[in-house]
Amino acid sequence: MAGPTEYLPKTFRPRVSTYWWLGRWSYLKFILRELSSIFIAWFVILTLLQISALKRGPADYVQLQEWLRRPILVALNALSLFFVVFHTVTWFNLAPKAMSIRVRGKPVSNLLITAPNYLAWLAISAAVAWLLLRG
Amino acid sequence: MADRITLKVTRYDPGRDHEPGFQTYEVPLRKDWVVLDALNYVKDKVDGSLSFRWSCRMGICGSCGMMVNGEPKLTCATFVSEYMPGPVSVEPLKHFPILRDLIVDISDFLEKLTKVKPWLIREEERRVVDGEYLQTPEQADTFRQFSMCINCLLCYAACPVYGLDPLFTGPAAIALAQRYNTDSRDQGTNERLDILSQHDGIWGCTFVGDCTRVCPKHVDPAGAIQQYKLTAAKEWIKSLLMPWGGR
Amino acid sequence: MGKRSNEPFLWLLFSAGGMLAAILIPIHVFLFGLAFPLGWLHGPSYQSLLELLKQPLTRLYFFVLCTLSLFHWAHRFRYTLYDGLQIKHLDELINTFCYGGAALGTVLAAYLLWRIP
Ligand code: SF4
Ligand code: FES
Repeated sequence: MAGPTEYLPKTFRPRVSTYWWLGRWSYLKFILRELSSIFIAWFVILTLLQISALKRGPADYVQLQEWLRRPILVALNALSLFFVVFHTVTWFNLAPKAMSIRVRGKPVSNLLITAPNYLAWLAISAAVAWLLLRG
Repeated sequence: MADRITLKVTRYDPGRDHEPGFQTYEVPLRKDWVVLDALNYVKDKVDGSLSFRWSCRMGICGSCGMMVNGEPKLTCATFVSEYMPGPVSVEPLKHFPILRDLIVDISDFLEKLTKVKPWLIREEERRVVDGEYLQTPEQADTFRQFSMCINCLLCYAACPVYGLDPLFTGPAAIALAQRYNTDSRDQGTNERLDILSQHDGIWGCTFVGDCTRVCPKHVDPAGAIQQYKLTAAKEWIKSLLMPWGGR
Repeated sequence: MGKRSNEPFLWLLFSAGGMLAAILIPIHVFLFGLAFPLGWLHGPSYQSLLELLKQPLTRLYFFVLCTLSLFHWAHRFRYTLYDGLQIKHLDELINTFCYGGAALGTVLAAYLLWRIP
């Protein structure tokens, strides 16, 4: 930007504060939604740890289970559960906005897109649980 | 109901002040007064040097946008009595350079708006004698929502990404690009995509969604941007599968 | 075609990962992170888990889930660092960290999953 001239007067440029995301509830919700990605990454790490323990043998696997019973890990996983569910809910609620599906020229109501997502979530979660618990 | 309320208004004189400050005014509290009425009262009766923009007083011209108690609002459509018992702060729209008092410099937006070519683009213009481009009501419905934009820029003031990265094209300009993309008479989608699929175009958007929340005309710019991303991604796949397809 | 970035590709990975994560991860975190280790539910035995993991389909499932989830994380975390901390000028470092991390995780997942005894 050039300096002030007769036609381009001097202006004041405010700066965005580093803590802008604390300033408004919708901003805070946004930043929490974005931070949920950290817990998704943590899930991947946890899964890879489990797989590698499984690979190394029963003793290692039992050890990992014991490690997971430590209060700090339980707390971390409880927090993770909260954040991954938060991710699911926000993801499903925003999905219809990006799609804007029209049937015969009329926009389809958001509920018609969101509801099947939730149903699929429940059904698939139940299927995963059944696969693991039946034996 | 108290009969007076305090306004805290931003004052900035570029010739004198280093940075903006607040000045307070006491104004009568009338049930039917909007914030703009209170500002006009100050200008007429108390302090004629207070500067702000307005025109239509009915939510159509889009020039009276300001931050009222920290929220971007059309001051002609925001009742003072909502902020009882006060004080009410009135500041210039966030994220724009302040020219004077409540007036901001919006040239950056105007430049961006022209860049996205918000007009009908035709590969070949039809001659006037050949008549108009026909459109069914359903086709007009697809873009009606986006065409409601009054360029009030409340959405820019709500968008943290624009505040942090002034290169970002921003909500209203993208929504208006989408308005023409979805117009059945338009053939300029690809031309616009070339501009908007650059990094600063649509990809800077992280879907905070506050633009949609504050828009007084229910334009839903956040939705428009996500739809645009989807279109850009589809085009990208197409160009990957058919590199010879030209566009 | 003009200069277009690889953003569409990264965004597609982000979206696919986000969808998959939304549907699958909560139940996994609940079962493997809490319910099984804490004994709320009786999880599968070591042997049956190992058997399950030997199925090619299970391996593929975990590979895709881990990879796409990581690229989902990379995309979001990159922008959180840009905007939340206002350090966009460090974008090369951030990109390397995020996408490099996701790529590393992908390689690690492939290595672990396909070298099961
Ligand atoms: S999209 Fe809405 S908030 Fe943004 S300029 Fe247009 S009318 Fe104003
Ligand atoms: S004065 Fe025109 S929109 Fe408020």
